[in-house]
Amino acid sequence: MLARRLSTAPLDRRRFLFASAGAGAGLIIGFQMLPKLAQGASPAAAALKADPNAFIRIAPDNTVTVICKHIEFGQGSHTGLATIVAEELEADWAQVRTEHAPADAERYNNLHWGPFQGTGGSSAIANSYDQLRHAGAMAKAMLLAAAAQQWNVPAGEIAVAKGRLSHAASGQSASFGELAELAAQQTPPSDVTLKDPKDHSLIGKHAPRVDSKAKTTGQAIYTIDVQRPGMLTALIARPPVFGATLKSFDAAEALQIKGVEEVVAVPQGVAVVARDFWSASKGREALTIEWDESGAETRSTSEILAAYKAMADKPGLVARQDGDSDAALASAASVIEADFEFPFLAHAPMEPMNAVAEITQDGCEIWTGSQLPTGDQMVAAQILGIPPETVKVHTLYAGGSFGRRATPDSDMVSEAVSIAKAIDGHAPVRLLWTREDDVQGGRYRPMYFHRLRAGLDEDGKLVAWQHRIVGQSILKGTPFEGMLVQNGIDQTSVEGANNLPYAIPNTLIDLHTTDVGVPVLWWRAVGSTHTAHSVEIFIDELAEAAGRDPVEFRRELLRDHPRHLGVMELAVEKAGWGEPLPAGKARGIAVHESFASFVAQVVEVSLDGGTPKIERVVCAVDCGRPINPDQIKAQMEGGIGYGLGAILHDEITLDGGRVEQSNFHDYVPLRIEEMPRVEVHIVPSEAAPTGVGEPGTPPIGPAVANALYRLTGERIRSLPLSKHELRGA
Amino acid sequence: MALRISVNGEERAVDVDPDMPLLWALRDHLQLTGTKFGCGIAACGACTVHMDGFPVRACSIAVGDAEGAEITTIEGLESPAAKAVQSAWQDLDVVQCGYCQSGQIMSAVALLEETPQPSDEDIDAAMSGNVCRCATYVRIRAAIHEAAKRMEG
Repeated sequence: MLARRLSTAPLDRRRFLFASAGAGAGLIIGFQMLPKLAQGASPAAAALKADPNAFIRIAPDNTVTVICKHIEFGQGSHTGLATIVAEELEADWAQVRTEHAPADAERYNNLHWGPFQGTGGSSAIANSYDQLRHAGAMAKAMLLAAAAQQWNVPAGEIAVAKGRLSHAASGQSASFGELAELAAQQTPPSDVTLKDPKDHSLIGKHAPRVDSKAKTTGQAIYTIDVQRPGMLTALIARPPVFGATLKSFDAAEALQIKGVEEVVAVPQGVAVVARDFWSASKGREALTIEWDESGAETRSTSEILAAYKAMADKPGLVARQDGDSDAALASAASVIEADFEFPFLAHAPMEPMNAVAEITQDGCEIWTGSQLPTGDQMVAAQILGIPPETVKVHTLYAGGSFGRRATPDSDMVSEAVSIAKAIDGHAPVRLLWTREDDVQGGRYRPMYFHRLRAGLDEDGKLVAWQHRIVGQSILKGTPFEGMLVQNGIDQTSVEGANNLPYAIPNTLIDLHTTDVGVPVLWWRAVGSTHTAHSVEIFIDELAEAAGRDPVEFRRELLRDHPRHLGVMELAVEKAGWGEPLPAGKARGIAVHESFASFVAQVVEVSLDGGTPKIERVVCAVDCGRPINPDQIKAQMEGGIGYGLGAILHDEITLDGGRVEQSNFHDYVPLRIEEMPRVEVHIVPSEAAPTGVGEPGTPPIGPAVANALYRLTGERIRSLPLSKHELRGA
Repeated sequence: MALRISVNGEERAVDVDPDMPLLWALRDHLQLTGTKFGCGIAACGACTVHMDGFPVRACSIAVGDAEGAEITTIEGLESPAAKAVQSAWQDLDVVQCGYCQSGQIMSAVALLEETPQPSDEDIDAAMSGNVCRCATYVRIRAAIHEAAKRMEG
C-alpha cells in the first residue's frame, strides 16, 4: 500500500528546496546552483549529488554545521558523518555542529536504497563516505576561491587548516566564518581533488562525539521532550490480540478524569487525549472497550512453533544450492543434525515509541525520531490528504531504536497524525507509548525454526551442508518488498545463511515463509540474529565430530575468505586462544559477516550457580577504513551487550494470542553487573568503510553457546539461555 | 490547590493531583525534561532524581509525597561529584542514544557522594537499577572510576 503511495506522490522538490533555504546566513549557497553542479561536476560527484549546500552550512559566527541525512539514535552517525566532512573541509573539530536534515528523498536519500531517505542496515557511513568527502572538498574549494578573490592572490598559494585560511606571502589570514558570505557567491567547482588518506587528521583518529555534552546535562531533546503551545498528550488503547478490531467503546468514565479532553476512535484503537501524560494514562484505564477478535491471531507461541517444526520436514524454496547435498549426505561417513528455536524479540529501546503531530494552515509538522523520514512524510500526507511537500518532518535524537523506529508503515507517525486529524487539528498532539505498549505492541524480531544437517567424510572433511529456515517474512507487504524479496525469498530471512563463507562442496539453503498474524520487524542485525547463531554453533559441533579444534576447523574452511580469516586470527591472537584457563572457565568463538563488515568474538565464560557469567569478550572487527575508531569500539561494546541481553533473558511469548510479557521485570534487559569486559581490536584497512551499528551483535550468542558447551557438555538449541538449567561438566 | 515542591533549590507550585508521579510533574508541568520516562515501574532508572540527596525513581514517587523534600534533577546538578561525573562521561564518550544517561549520571553522582572510591562491586550495586539498552556499561564503569580519580585530585 505504501509502495503505491510512494509512486503516486512525488515530492515537489523545487518548492521544498526554496522553502528550506535560509537567507543571509553565510554559505548556504542558493539552490539554483544545483543544475550547474549536475552538468559540470565530475561523474562521481554528479552521481553522488555531492552538493555542499545540502550538507554543510558555514555561518559568519564561524560554526560549521553538518546537516545529517541520517538519524542519530546512539550509533554515532552524526559524529561519523561530521568527521568525514570536517576532514575534507579542514575544519577545526571544535567549530563543528550537527543537525538532522529535513525529509527529502532526492537530496537526502540513502544512496544504497534509491529515492528514499532512511537509516538502516548499518549504511549511514557506508553510503555517505564519498558523498560527504566531495561535499567537504567542494565547500573548501569555495572558501579558497573567496579568499583568493578577497586577497587578490592565487588560490593555489592559500593554505587551509583547522578552520582558517592563510596566505604566507602576504601574511593574510581569515576564519571560515569571515569568508562564509563571500564563499557563498563563488561558482562551485566542477571537480575536486580529495585528500590522500595518509594526510587524514580526523578520519582514523579520535574525534569526540558531537552529542556528549547535550546528553550528559539533560539538554538533548528527544521526541518525548517536544513542547508546542497548546499541545495535548495522547495514549492509545490498542487491541489485546494482534489483528483484532474495535467493536465499540464507552468513554463516559474516562471523560470524567480531570485533564482528559477528548476520546476518539482512530484506526489503531481508541485514543485518550489529555492535558498531560498522567491524565491520559488514567483516562485510558477508565475506558470500556469491546474488541472483535474474529480475525485475530489467537494462537500461542507453542502452537506456532509446533507448526514450524512440521513445516521443517518438507523442502522449502531454495535460496542457495551448490552441488548435490542430498547425494553427498547419503554417501557421507557421518551425518550430524541439529534443530534451533528462536523466540520473538522486542526491541525495547529506552525511549518508548512516540511522535508529535501538529496540523497547520499550510500542512502538517511532525517531530519524531524518524528512521525513515520520507516514508513518514508520505504516510502523514496520505492520512491528511495533503501534498507530501507540505508535511515538515523534524527528525530528533531518538532514545535508541535497534530497528523499531524503521516501520515501513510509519506506525507512530500515522497514529499521531490520525489523532490530530480526529480532533480536527485543534491542538498539537504528542502521542506517547508506555513500556507496556512497547513490549506488547508487536513489530518483533520474528520467531524462527532452523534445521541443519551436514555430512563428514572418513577424513572428517565437511562434504555436505543443508540449512532449512522456517519463519515470517519481515518485508512482505512493505515498500521494500520489491527490492529485497526475490523469487519468494525474503533476503532478510536467509541473510547470514545463504552467504555461508565456509568452503563446502554441496550446500542447500531453503526457506519456508510462514503466515502468522504477529507484526514483525527488523531487529539489530536482522537475519543474522538467528542465522549466525545456528551456523556458528553447528560449525563447532562439526569441528568436534571431526576431532578438530574449532579455530583450526574454521581456518581451513575460510581459506577463500581473507577478511573472515583476518578478524578470526586477530581475535584468536588477542584472546590467547588455546592457552590454558583456570578450572571452571571456558572459551568459545564465532565469526560472522553482516552488512559487509566482519566480526569475530572470543568469549570466556564461567558458571555462577546455574547462571552463565560472561567474563570477557575479545572482539575483532574489519569495517573497511575506520572513520572513528572509538565509535567503532563503542558500537562493538553496545552490539555485544544488546545481543547478550537477548540471548540470556529474552523472549516474547503468546498465550492465546496475548503477549505474556509487559515491562522490564519480565522482558529483562542486560544490567551492568552482567556486562563482560570487552576488548575491541580493529583490522587496519583501506577498503571502503562499512557499518558497525549492527555487525557486533550476531557473533555474541553463538560464541557464548560454544563456550558454555565446553564448560557444561550441553548444546543449547533454544533461546533464551535462562530457560535452561546449566551445570558444570 | 497547587502543591509546592522544592526543585533544584527553587520552590515550585504545580497544580496537579497529589497522586501524579513526581516524574510527570517535573516533565509535563515544570518543563524539566532531562529526567526521562522509561518504564513507569521503577525498573529502569531513566527517571532517577535525588530526593534529599538519595537517588530515587521519580516515576514511582507521588508528587504529593515529595512535598517538603529537596529534589535535584539533572538540570540542577552542580556538586563537585556531579562535575567530575559529567566531565568523565564526556571525556570517555560514554553516551550513545543518551536517553538513560540523565538517570545513570544521577545514580553515579549519588554513589560518589556516598562512596568516593567505589570498587567494581560498589558500582554494580549502585548502578544495577539503571538500564542502558545501548549497553554503555563498560564505559559507565570506567567513567565512574575516572570521576573518582578526578575528585581525589
